[in-house]
Amino acid sequence: MPLMAGLFVALLFAWLAVNFVKGPAYFFTISFIGLTNGAVYALVALGYTLVYGILELINFAHGDVFMLGGMFSATMILSVFNLKQHASTGSLAVAIVVSLFVAMAACGLLNVAIERVAYRPLRGAPRLAPLITAIGMSFILQDVALAWKGPGYTAIPSVLPTGNVFSISGVHYTWEKLIVVVITVPVLLLLLWLVQRTRQGKAMRATAQDRDAAAMMGIDVNRTISFTFLIAGGLAGAGGLVYALYFGQLRYDTGFSLGLIAFTAAVLGGIGNLPGAVLGALVIGFIQAFNEGLPWHTPGSDWTQSIVFSILILILVFRPEGLLGEQTPEGA
Amino acid sequence: VGRRMRESVSAALWAALGALGLSKSRWLGLPRMTRRVVKAALWVGIGLLLIVFFGVWKTSALAIAAVILVLVVPAWNRLSVRGRRIGKWIVPTAVLGIVTAYPFYLGSMPQFPIFGPAPQMSTMVGMAVFSMMALGLNFVVGYAGLLDLGYVAFYAMGSYMAGWFASSQFSQHDVRFGAVGVGPGLRGFHLSIWLVLLMAGIATAVIGVLIGLPTLRLRGDYLAIVTLGFGEIMPQIARNGDNLFGTGFNLTNGTGGITPIDGPGFGNWVHHYLHLPANYLTLGTNADRAFFWTALVLVLLTIFCSSRLRDSRLGRAWIAIREDEVAAAAMGVPLMRTKTWAYATGAFFGGVAGAYYASYNGAAFPDQFFFNISVFILCMVILGGMGNIWGVIFGACFLEYLDREGLANIGSWLNGHFGPGGSDFQIWNKVLDVPLYEFGIFGTILVVVMLFRPEGLIPSSRRAAEFHEGVHDEPLYDAAA
Repeated sequence: MPLMAGLFVALLFAWLAVNFVKGPAYFFTISFIGLTNGAVYALVALGYTLVYGILELINFAHGDVFMLGGMFSATMILSVFNLKQHASTGSLAVAIVVSLFVAMAACGLLNVAIERVAYRPLRGAPRLAPLITAIGMSFILQDVALAWKGPGYTAIPSVLPTGNVFSISGVHYTWEKLIVVVITVPVLLLLLWLVQRTRQGKAMRATAQDRDAAAMMGIDVNRTISFTFLIAGGLAGAGGLVYALYFGQLRYDTGFSLGLIAFTAAVLGGIGNLPGAVLGALVIGFIQAFNEGLPWHTPGSDWTQSIVFSILILILVFRPEGLLGEQTPEGA
Repeated sequence: VGRRMRESVSAALWAALGALGLSKSRWLGLPRMTRRVVKAALWVGIGLLLIVFFGVWKTSALAIAAVILVLVVPAWNRLSVRGRRIGKWIVPTAVLGIVTAYPFYLGSMPQFPIFGPAPQMSTMVGMAVFSMMALGLNFVVGYAGLLDLGYVAFYAMGSYMAGWFASSQFSQHDVRFGAVGVGPGLRGFHLSIWLVLLMAGIATAVIGVLIGLPTLRLRGDYLAIVTLGFGEIMPQIARNGDNLFGTGFNLTNGTGGITPIDGPGFGNWVHHYLHLPANYLTLGTNADRAFFWTALVLVLLTIFCSSRLRDSRLGRAWIAIREDEVAAAAMGVPLMRTKTWAYATGAFFGGVAGAYYASYNGAAFPDQFFFNISVFILCMVILGGMGNIWGVIFGACFLEYLDREGLANIGSWLNGHFGPGGSDFQIWNKVLDVPLYEFGIFGTILVVVMLFRPEGLIPSSRRAAEFHEGVHDEPLYDAAA
């Protein structure tokens, strides 16, 4: 089996190398798209990984919380700040920061509420029970968005500046992509600090490791789990804002498909593992961008979902612990 | 949560009845038969009153009430003739007879409150087909306790099998075997639908085994995700399969779907001797009846297999795995083989149902096979009661009815009473599109059932016990040998 995997990876790199030689500048431009996709996926994937780490529950509703985050952001940008294309930098910055906080807070609280209603009463039940309620919650959230925004796409004008940050011999890096990274990285660093350096983070890691032992050590397990859902929801809210700003349109079912991709990213990196989720998200982001953008022998966007799910299936079957090995949040 | 609520409601009810002079002890002191009659009469009376005041009355409502009373009140179960317990067959046989005769009295059914008229024949066909699919999923979810979120893949596989072997899709070939109603100029594979049903079942079961072999080692929720992945990949192949890998080979005709697919029929010879219809599609308005009765036969077959397999050695092994995988393995149950059988059996019935439905619809489109359908079928199994054949059939019929007619009827009732210009009083001022929120409603059903009655409406007693004792099925994925 390692031989097969090695062969597969070698083929993958050969394919990438040929594409690189055929058009290096284009290759880099596509890579930047991949990086940006990966940043958005990372925000969502971390939410899956946090919740899985602490409850061993695949929170199906997470992608839809992310989608609602995008809807909150869209509402803030369109109705509250009424941003237009080419807004001044100052008003844009204020609007983005305020929207970010609103979306994060709203999604965090929503996620806490979901945990309270749909998962907490089932903590002693068979493991599949909360998974089924999670699917139910996912559909409910989709219909909330359907009732709120209607079945069509909600479009957000491209408020981010689209000029180039730098442009070296045909390699373009645009401001909007930089802004996505600029929003994402501080949020990720904040999360890492929170989990690794604070008392609350310690409680989270302890609960993830052994819930009963943590309770015996005086940790309020319910509160810690609620806090985890709050953070996961906040990340989803940030992801929603970034998605709304960068991709410019979203619909009630956006969260479902993107959530599955992000979940794949979390599994790829090793579910429960925070740096793993970011790594997995970047890998998936690059794969998607390469698949949809590179010119030589690519299956194309029709097959992106199948490729992502094939990766998911292969990883789960052959290396369920993910790329970064059996590392749970306590080791992160 | 559910139990506490139920207890408080029943306590309140007894307090109210006690105030009227009927205490619980006095009620329990009455003969058993009297209690059954009173309870049944009360429910039927409430139903009749609702029809009188909120539905459209027809005299047939009285006949329905009488039939229900006759079926429910006597303890048929305990009837035995010369030591043979024939009692347990009476109610199912009667229900089967009533359902079979449904097309003949459909026209004289009363209109029910809120839900409106009784389901049409095409809806009944859908209900039967989805009963079969739900029973198929029940092998996996209900018996073996494996969560399968990609059951739609089997439905799709079955439908496309019918598309490949009973239509003009592969016009480079010209193969005919027992097909009815195929024009002389048509090329492609045209096999008899009965053969295609069997082929679809077998092919789908093989796919099920192929999917299952590498994945069934995984833990419960990982397995759910992998099946979901397959459930998403299959329709994508169907959608993009008109030019597979750039070779120009048209496997699935892409978004256009495969249409028309041949209808079933028995051919002229059987028609001449047994008077079974030669070709369903030429029956005109009676076609739906023939499709319905055929679907009923398929459902009966599925029920037979379900109940026989459940009590077999294999079925007991499934239940053992569901309850405790590690213990089952320790007792010598071969985990992989047993799970793979559950998967293959479930896939088989999904495939047959999918092929039959494709033949009924005359088409197979990739847009029929979304993740939603997997959840729809899962919802049927969970609502009705995992592991219980009657519960699953009830769930399938009820949800498919809601999907096809019920939600639209409820929506028009709600809008008519509370919507813009409503006859009672206006609550909302825009027409509420209830069927649009179908999956939100199904999601709510999933959440509410899981929270308050995880064993489903008509549970199997064993499954109910598992949920209330809180079995922790956390099998290790490498426990499989």
